[in-house]
Amino acid sequence: MIFRNEKPVDGSMPSAEQMQAIMQEWQNWIGGIAAQGKFVSTNRLYSEGKSIFADGSVVDGPYAEVKEMVGGYLIATADNLDAAVEMAKSCPNIKYGGKVEVRSVMSIDSDASSKTFLIEK
Amino acid sequence: MQQELLPQLFKTEYRKIVSVLYKLFGLDYIEIAEDIVSDVFLLASETWGLKGLPENPTAWLYTVSKNRTKDYLKRHTFFQQKIQSEIINSSVPDLEIEINLSEKNITDSQLQMMFAICHPSISAEAQVCMSLRFLCGFSIDEIANAFQTNKETVNKRLFRAKEKLRYAKIKIEFPSKTEIARRLETVAATLYLLFNEGYFATNKDVKLQKEFCLEAMRLNYLLIKNEETNLPFINALFSLMCFHSSRFDARLNENGESILYQHQDETLWNKELIERGEYYLDQAFKSNDISRYHLQAAIAFHHTKQTDNPEKWNMVLQLYNQLLQLEYSPIVALNRTYALAKVQGKAAAIAEAEKLNLSNNHLYYSLLGDLYTNIDDAKAIHCFQTAWALARSTADKAIITNKIIDCGREKNNS
Repeated sequence: MIFRNEKPVDGSMPSAEQMQAIMQEWQNWIGGIAAQGKFVSTNRLYSEGKSIFADGSVVDGPYAEVKEMVGGYLIATADNLDAAVEMAKSCPNIKYGGKVEVRSVMSIDSDASSKTFLIEK
Repeated sequence: MQQELLPQLFKTEYRKIVSVLYKLFGLDYIEIAEDIVSDVFLLASETWGLKGLPENPTAWLYTVSKNRTKDYLKRHTFFQQKIQSEIINSSVPDLEIEINLSEKNITDSQLQMMFAICHPSISAEAQVCMSLRFLCGFSIDEIANAFQTNKETVNKRLFRAKEKLRYAKIKIEFPSKTEIARRLETVAATLYLLFNEGYFATNKDVKLQKEFCLEAMRLNYLLIKNEETNLPFINALFSLMCFHSSRFDARLNENGESILYQHQDETLWNKELIERGEYYLDQAFKSNDISRYHLQAAIAFHHTKQTDNPEKWNMVLQLYNQLLQLEYSPIVALNRTYALAKVQGKAAAIAEAEKLNLSNNHLYYSLLGDLYTNIDDAKAIHCFQTAWALARSTADKAIITNKIIDCGREKNNS
């Protein structure tokens, strides 16, 4: 699962309490996946970064030309894409106006009966 | 006097002396070390019975053990040569072999033996079995009793484990500095199992179970007292054991049946152990490296207060969320769902519970029954009945029967 958000327009930062409440919502959602034994790993991404282009130029920011940015990702196991989508529906990112892209991770082990899905944060 | 003293000394001193001799003879000749020390205690019981107690019984045991060992080595020159070439600088061939029974050497020998036994190449079950025998000095009978099996099975298990140690050429020594943290993880996992064997096992010998817990704590404490092994997760594990064992006297009724946490008499909880747990939890959290023991100890800390407020349960829920991300286990998943019910209500918890896919687990249906109680009592009773059918031990079935009775009573009252 890949978590995508619009670029923040202005700097209205949530308060510390709000941040903590949002973090707990995320943790409860991730905990619910982990409680099913389906959690693999997750990370948040800082907004600063650099992009490297074919001409060798390096530009500040991961989102020079796109409106959206990737805020993080989560890797979970699921029986199929639909099951992963069900899992993603309760992701707090959706509640806060972002979106969740569900993608299947290609595995070298073709015998794997259960695919692993990448859910971006 | 003597009748009481000797068994007590056997409990405390046997394993100390034998650990030094294990180290001396090596893992291949564990029996020789055990025979020598057993003989010394036999001699003590005969001699002390005839001539009365020596002035310092412990010193007597140590001296006779040293002499017996030296005699053995003189009679078996093979060992003398082997030990002299391995342990003592071989350029001094006539040097008298020193059997060092100082406190420091005893502790070091025990720690080294712990690393040898808790080796990643040995199965966890065999590690626990060997720890009980070689580190704690429990008899084969006691171990068989604890695992609800017979002597032959335990002997076979120990024999196979020793063969593995021999095959893997494992030595009684400290791992190198770069390896110590990784190897300690196996040691900690074994101590955790040893403790749980005492704390959660459902056999009737309560006294023996408590001894298992105390032994796990004693070995854990040795690791804390040693600078090299005093790592944060070792402190966290000790803290967890302190919190759990603080409830030892409150969790069983006079018939030896377990009392559920929420029905325990809080005044019977051991305050001193709770305080010690808090101290070692603080020590553990001085590092940012958070282990599963940190999270479990923190959860256990919250449970040292019976108060039932949402803040407490929210913190517990967050800890369970983290713990599950580190390592999944069905029990933790169920406990997390219980905490979720306390924070977000039963309906939310039922929705989460139904995703757990634990339909062969009696605790799952027992939890589901708890969640449906007062929401849909008929469904709750049905869940408890499924739980009862899945439960294997009579103790578990008894707990569930009580729940069915309670639930039925409430249903009729309403």
